[in-house]
Amino acid sequence: MLPTELCCVMGYLSFITTKSKQFQAIRRSPLSILITTKSATDLEKPRSNSIAMAMAIKLSLLLLVFSCSLIPTFSLFEDQVGFMDWHQRYIGKVKDAVFHTQKAGRKRVVVSTEENVIASLDLRRGEIFWRHVLGANDVVDKIDIALGKYVITLSSEGSILRAWNLPDGQMVWESSLSGSKSSKAFLTIPANLKLDLDSPIFVYGGTCLYAISSIDGEILWKKDFIPEGIDVHQLILSEGSNVIHATGVSDSSEFNTYEIDVKNGAVLNHAKTSFPRGIFGEILQISSDKSVALDSSQSTLVLISIINKQIHLQETHVSNLIHGVSSNTIILPSKLSGIFSLSTDTFIAFIKLTDEGKLHVMEKFDKKVVVSDALPLSENEQAFALVEHGDSNIHLSVRLVHDMSSNHLKETVKMDHERGFVEKIFINNYVRTDRSHGFRALIVMEDHSLLLLQQGEIVWSRDDGLASIIDVTTSELPVEKIGVSVAKVEDSLFEWLKGHMLKLKGTLMLATPDEITAIQKIRLQSSQKSKMTRDHNGFRRLLIVLTKSGKLFALHSGDGHIVWSTLLQSLRQSPQCPNPTALKLHPWQIPHHHALDHNPSVLVVGRCGLSLSSPSTLTIIDAYTGNAVRNVGPTHSTVQVLSLPFSDSEEQQLHLLIDDEKRAHLYPRSREAVEIFEKESQNVYWYSVEADVGILKGYGVKNRCDGDEFCFEARNLWSVVFPSESEKIISTVTRKGNEVVHTQAKVIADEDVMYKYISKNILFVATVSPKASGPIGSTTPDESVLVVHLVDTVTGRILHRMTHLGSQGPVHAVLSENWVVYHYFNLRAHRYEMSVIEIYDQSRAENKDVLKLIVGKHNLTTPVSSYSRPEVSTKSQSYFFTHSVKAISVTSTAKGITSKHLLIGTIGDQVLALDKRFVDPRRSLNPTQAEKEEGLLPLTDTLPIIPQSYVTHAFKVEGLRGIETIPAKLESTTLVFTYGVDLFFTRLAPSRTYDSLTEDFNYALLLLTIVALVVAIFVTWVLSERKDLQEKWR
Amino acid sequence: MEKGKGAMGSRKWAVDFTDNSSTPSSRDIPDPPGFTRASHDHEDSTLSRQKKDAEANWKSQKAWEVAQAPFKNLLMMGFMMWMAGSTVHLFSIGITFSALWQPLSALQGVGKVFEPYKDNKVDLLAPKLLFIALNLGGMLLGVWKLNTLGLLPTHASDWVSSLPPAHEVEFSSGGIALHY
Repeated sequence: MLPTELCCVMGYLSFITTKSKQFQAIRRSPLSILITTKSATDLEKPRSNSIAMAMAIKLSLLLLVFSCSLIPTFSLFEDQVGFMDWHQRYIGKVKDAVFHTQKAGRKRVVVSTEENVIASLDLRRGEIFWRHVLGANDVVDKIDIALGKYVITLSSEGSILRAWNLPDGQMVWESSLSGSKSSKAFLTIPANLKLDLDSPIFVYGGTCLYAISSIDGEILWKKDFIPEGIDVHQLILSEGSNVIHATGVSDSSEFNTYEIDVKNGAVLNHAKTSFPRGIFGEILQISSDKSVALDSSQSTLVLISIINKQIHLQETHVSNLIHGVSSNTIILPSKLSGIFSLSTDTFIAFIKLTDEGKLHVMEKFDKKVVVSDALPLSENEQAFALVEHGDSNIHLSVRLVHDMSSNHLKETVKMDHERGFVEKIFINNYVRTDRSHGFRALIVMEDHSLLLLQQGEIVWSRDDGLASIIDVTTSELPVEKIGVSVAKVEDSLFEWLKGHMLKLKGTLMLATPDEITAIQKIRLQSSQKSKMTRDHNGFRRLLIVLTKSGKLFALHSGDGHIVWSTLLQSLRQSPQCPNPTALKLHPWQIPHHHALDHNPSVLVVGRCGLSLSSPSTLTIIDAYTGNAVRNVGPTHSTVQVLSLPFSDSEEQQLHLLIDDEKRAHLYPRSREAVEIFEKESQNVYWYSVEADVGILKGYGVKNRCDGDEFCFEARNLWSVVFPSESEKIISTVTRKGNEVVHTQAKVIADEDVMYKYISKNILFVATVSPKASGPIGSTTPDESVLVVHLVDTVTGRILHRMTHLGSQGPVHAVLSENWVVYHYFNLRAHRYEMSVIEIYDQSRAENKDVLKLIVGKHNLTTPVSSYSRPEVSTKSQSYFFTHSVKAISVTSTAKGITSKHLLIGTIGDQVLALDKRFVDPRRSLNPTQAEKEEGLLPLTDTLPIIPQSYVTHAFKVEGLRGIETIPAKLESTTLVFTYGVDLFFTRLAPSRTYDSLTEDFNYALLLLTIVALVVAIFVTWVLSERKDLQEKWR
Repeated sequence: MEKGKGAMGSRKWAVDFTDNSSTPSSRDIPDPPGFTRASHDHEDSTLSRQKKDAEANWKSQKAWEVAQAPFKNLLMMGFMMWMAGSTVHLFSIGITFSALWQPLSALQGVGKVFEPYKDNKVDLLAPKLLFIALNLGGMLLGVWKLNTLGLLPTHASDWVSSLPPAHEVEFSSGGIALHY
């Protein structure tokens, strides 16, 4: 061969090497290699030609170097964003709202939510202008608007005050108010108070009263109430006066009122009156000098009036006011001047304070009424809104405070009953063209959604319940029905061709800008994506999510739209079920072979009450329609839900629910299920982790309970007690129940084999020394020890134990196949670390004789029992990792052949994909040639963070809490659903899509090429025939 | 094979000098003066024998040549394989499979290759054996290459990887008590 040709070949070779190295999934076995070559030829031929054209040995050398450092990443092109991923932004359940509707400029509403989000929403469409997530520990107490341009937020129990620029959400200033004791937090922003060109903000938090400049957040003065031992309940700043009234209760049950000078914080007057019974809840201001409170027995109303700088108390028994009153009386916090509302178990009453100082009941409503704060309309006119519930609609009425008898405005709005009751209402007014007042109302529903009502219509709605997801599961979509009309096929064929012609134009760079946008549109809005039927590759699925509000949503994985949503009746407040909480979501019925006429269904487990012993409710929901199939409960308590690996003839998954007395309840409650379970009950075990006392306990089935054939008593089989003076459980992780492992062998360099210890019954437990259980930096390295254990949960045997001296939590871990990767903080190195433990089975290590394997003389497929106590060996390694972590997960595929990537939810609310090869304990500083060929990377002390491998690319999943991976039917692909305040979904192929052509593969180009080739064949054939004829005539 | 074809190609035409010479009808024509038939007949027979011997020699020589031809192929193949390296990719696979296929097809056509040299006097067994041996050698080379590429199931790993993980007898699940 000529030297130039040699170069060519070398370049080609090295290029192919590069490519083949990317197919990590493929071990060198005779079968899989065909896939490699196929994909390599399919995808890379055009490019390899161009490489060959370069004909330079330099290039090939460069490529060789490049190939050694190449790791598959998930980088995508800019125009691929939104192609197979979607991102949704939420804010959570609104707890406070402030309108900003000046005549000029955009109308907006600033809200704070239970997810600690402050956001500015467009009043017209409900979109988010800007949003800040303050973090899990920074609870927003109060929000308000100062100077008409700053949003002021008080958070962390009144210790952090921040000002945000209203138009764009930039932070203007932040003050940290270090109170000595935690207390209630108040924020008062006087409208027209000026102190030396400054408008102060008054904040009470941490038992101190502060005056803070609204311009730069400087503390002007501070008054500490600690020496007086007073807990302030209320701040009153009368219009036009220079005095603040602070009313509080001291420890010795005295009412105290301070008059404080707004200029310097000096106490002008102090009055007190003894009130030995103490008060319950808040003090509510009803006029400039009068407030009302309840005494601690909740039976007497106390009217507090300040006359001539003296406190006067006037007590009125609630039962005297309202006849036949029941218990649990509270004063609702709605601020209405001269009026307050009282809520009891059965009704809500409006009580007016007459000029003579008498209390007078104006109106009584039954319980389903929600009241807004008063809204000043003019000098002496105030309005408030009141919402009542009808059958399928809500009645919104706006009333004037001075004239309660008539409705200023009454509207009826049709309301989806899946949204539940109205929980909160905020109103705002606008002036109509005829100078009358119009009102818009922002309402928060039981399912945490947010709606804007105006003129009897829902202007917009936001499903913010999705910001607080508790649990996620998935379901298949219905199978496509056969029989499509010819017209439809023709139409779609035409569309298809048109689309591909456009694409072809795009590839040949002939497209105009208009066409390019059209191409992009076609790509993003492919109707295939959001179809409601099952697809061949298993990309389209239903994501079923359970939210904190007790609402179940089904999201389409294609574009994230809500397919159905249902507010679970079993998780709504009722006399049988007070304080319901949603706990867990499990797939209940997955029809595969039999029962194909059944729809798949899911099981929702909830609890009525806050303690572990409260009764629980079970609901089975049809995954296609969202209808409740069955409701059980409230019944026994539930502390554990175990999904057993058995199903009955209708393919209903058997479940064991463990109650707080360690009894196991079997579901579904049928004879067949009991029979199946009793056959297998000898091999069913469960364990409990009692983190507060540091005990792991394992249980087995003992016998049936008395009188209930679906209930089984447990017997304690083993216990692992961690000494409380040295170890405290901070994290436990187990393998995902549905994970599929392809092979038990790990092929290492030189075709050697190691046998993985693959058991689903491994529990990873991380403990720290009690001193190190606080936040990072609270202990010295000498005092903090992190110990990790791998425990067999059948026998309680500790398979492996490892100690990390000078390290502490928080520990985030993921367990998959035979390895566990965990993340913790190393105090000595002052860095985060990630460690990996791989566990191998020594009892099978002897199976290395090829001949014996060929004839089947091996123990590799014989069932394993944990009681045989297999010998295990472990390998582990640690690396530094730059980020702190919120969650770790791992990709999962249908057959478990594809190599794995760790998905790390970083502190920046992004998801980083890290190849498992980086956390391989066999990495060494100088890998041998064979090891290099195997794909083993040289050891580095730090795990690399490759910017292109952020799966979330430009998006942030604010408040990231969990990463769920779902295998697609296509082996190479895994679906990733990340949730927090935001939702993000994408599709990943850890080893590239080696088993399919890419979505944007140009079929038109392929067709065109084939046609061109066929034409060329004919032309050349004709030409050669003619030439032959001429030759013969010569 | 090239050589065999060449040998056939070189015998495009032939003139038979012995034509009609022994038939009685030719005797009607008197021999020219000074021509003695007996001696001629004798010479002719010795000549043809000599010629036949030469042809047989030539045939056996050619047969040996053909038999040795795969050797060159072998060298060529070896060089190509060395060039292809020991990693699995399109190029090395192509070379390896052609290295396996070529001897195989050659062995299938052993009879045909030696057809032109078929002669009673020529012993074709030895060249044939050599031919077969060389081709087998080529095939072995291919198999060896296949092995170096790691495509032969000669290791435990090749047999184990397809085995599913062993079934676990016990099932266990649980965790921290559910709370929210």
